Amino acid sequence: MTTTPTQPRAARRPTTRDLLTRADPRRRWTDRIMHVVITSAFLVALVPLVSVIWTVVSNGVVRMSPYFLSVSMRGVYGGIDAGGIYHAILGTLLITGLATLISVPVGLMTAIYLVEYGRGPLARAVTFFVDVMTGIPSIVAGLFAYSLFALFLGPGVRLGAVGSVALSVLMIPVVVRSSEEMLRLVPNELREASYALGVPKWLTIIKVVLRTSVAGIITGVMLSVARVIGETAPLLIVAGVIDSINTNLFEGRMMTLPVYVFRQYSQGLVPCSPEAVDCIATINYDRAWGAALALIVIVMLLNLVARLIARYFAPKTGH
Amino acid sequence: MSSTDQQPARPAPPTGLRGLVERRTSRDLAGRLFSATATGAGALILVTLAAVAVFLVVRAWPAMTTPAEELADAISWIPEGSTLLGYVGPLVFGTLLAAVLALALAVPVATGIALFISHYAPRRLASPLGYVVDLLAAIPSVIYGLWGGLWLAPRLLPAWQWLADNLGFIPLFREPASTPPRVIMTVGVVLAVMILPIITAVAREVFLQTPRLHEEAALALGATRWEMVRMAVIPFGRSGLISAAMLGLGRALGETMAVFMILSPGFTYSFELLQAGQHQTIAANIANQFAEANPLGVSALIATGLALFVITLAVNTAARWVVARRKDFSGAN
Repeated sequence: MTTTPTQPRAARRPTTRDLLTRADPRRRWTDRIMHVVITSAFLVALVPLVSVIWTVVSNGVVRMSPYFLSVSMRGVYGGIDAGGIYHAILGTLLITGLATLISVPVGLMTAIYLVEYGRGPLARAVTFFVDVMTGIPSIVAGLFAYSLFALFLGPGVRLGAVGSVALSVLMIPVVVRSSEEMLRLVPNELREASYALGVPKWLTIIKVVLRTSVAGIITGVMLSVARVIGETAPLLIVAGVIDSINTNLFEGRMMTLPVYVFRQYSQGLVPCSPEAVDCIATINYDRAWGAALALIVIVMLLNLVARLIARYFAPKTGH
Repeated sequence: MSSTDQQPARPAPPTGLRGLVERRTSRDLAGRLFSATATGAGALILVTLAAVAVFLVVRAWPAMTTPAEELADAISWIPEGSTLLGYVGPLVFGTLLAAVLALALAVPVATGIALFISHYAPRRLASPLGYVVDLLAAIPSVIYGLWGGLWLAPRLLPAWQWLADNLGFIPLFREPASTPPRVIMTVGVVLAVMILPIITAVAREVFLQTPRLHEEAALALGATRWEMVRMAVIPFGRSGLISAAMLGLGRALGETMAVFMILSPGFTYSFELLQAGQHQTIAANIANQFAEANPLGVSALIATGLALFVITLAVNTAARWVVARRKDFSGAN
């Protein structure tokens, strides 16, 4: 290339070898820039994740203590250094527990219907409307539960059980989707082997299909619990706000952790007089962060345990 | 069977073929019961959804049929001379504005993340990275509200002031930016973070389904990685991306707490994104007014909830329809 008379032509037009081995600099730069842009998109998503977790943990530990976890807000006023989240944790567990009791049988049976029995228009309709139900805004679920109970108990009804019904509306489609997926993973050979032994269909479903997929179903249920346990809006409007402990789902208002977070946040800063000794201006925000930390720990634990169950109890794929 | 037919008079022995037959009928009863329960559970889903619609309409009916003047008299927060429709209008506008803002911020980032996980990150890292993004979805909305209101908003203020100072000539960013920034733009950022995981999850699945042969063909023709993505992956995943965005839109439309805890409400049709007291969303408005509303007020709020239900239903159904239609064309055909 250096001495031949074709040199001016080569400079004008790149050789085939050049074309194949070297990309056009503009294209190469576009490629590099896009690589950086796409990688940074991922890093951008990490910013809120890290900052949410960091702010909740660092602000939450300020008030977190056995005392905070074991007392309610009864008789707590102004900026006094007292009050806790016991009543809210209790309410959250009770309301979510009842919601799980309602949702799991309905959701699991629906999934069994879709996988084992469902044929024709009804099954198609159920599949479609389960998807639609996934998209119901949580506040609409709350309005529905309120309307349902207000029909029987009159207007202004505020009960823990109403909150459970609202949460079930949000939870059922999630349970159906995840259980359905798990049931479909059960190999048909297992069902056929069971039929060949003369076991009727319903017993096959209970003893073979559900047995095989139980780990996946439990994982799905736990993830759905983790999803609804942080729901605030429906509980705010149907279960109400209260400062004392209430363990009866069917009578009176009930506090839950997410509503507690909101309640403390909305009360804002406390106007403290300068000479007041035991008045903390930011006490409400501190309690909100503390409750948020408790909530996030519960949600993350549920997620973690669910993933562990899925990993360690998954059916063995032997062959 | 024939052996049992020969001895009709003998009392039924519990064993043998006849016993088997009898036990089968009793099992059949259990089987029928079981399948009926399963079908019933499926039907219950349809009944519940129908009940949601019916109850909302029934409860909203009093507010929808009361004459406008009476309604404004009975409910303190409906301005004099305004109809129910005039009250719902700005709320619908605010809801859509917040959701669209969130979508405009979230879709490009979510596409980038999905591409990063599906085509740029090392193979072994792909699924843990996906899990990290999914963690964003696990955080309850009230915590996003708390974080947005107390941590993020003060930190966004300089950015909004910069926007107002330098781009104030665009009506969207009309100055001055409100302090504290309890404005719809802040809400849009928080909502964008909240809908990021669902958009990313769907987009990632779609991008991973790109036929390997298309990608290799592009690379074999000398395309760089980005050109391969632009010419093979994105065209293949476009409809999936659209439905992912619509699912995110559905999520953003119904979000209550983050909006309620951050936004300073107002009832106007204003595009000024950096001004407080201009916008309100349906969901946040219900959460705000419900506790103190009188029966007619509750009815009016449920009417707004009905509007929200219809909007999200339409958006979600459209998204599902796009997904379902896509299934017919997907694969390498």
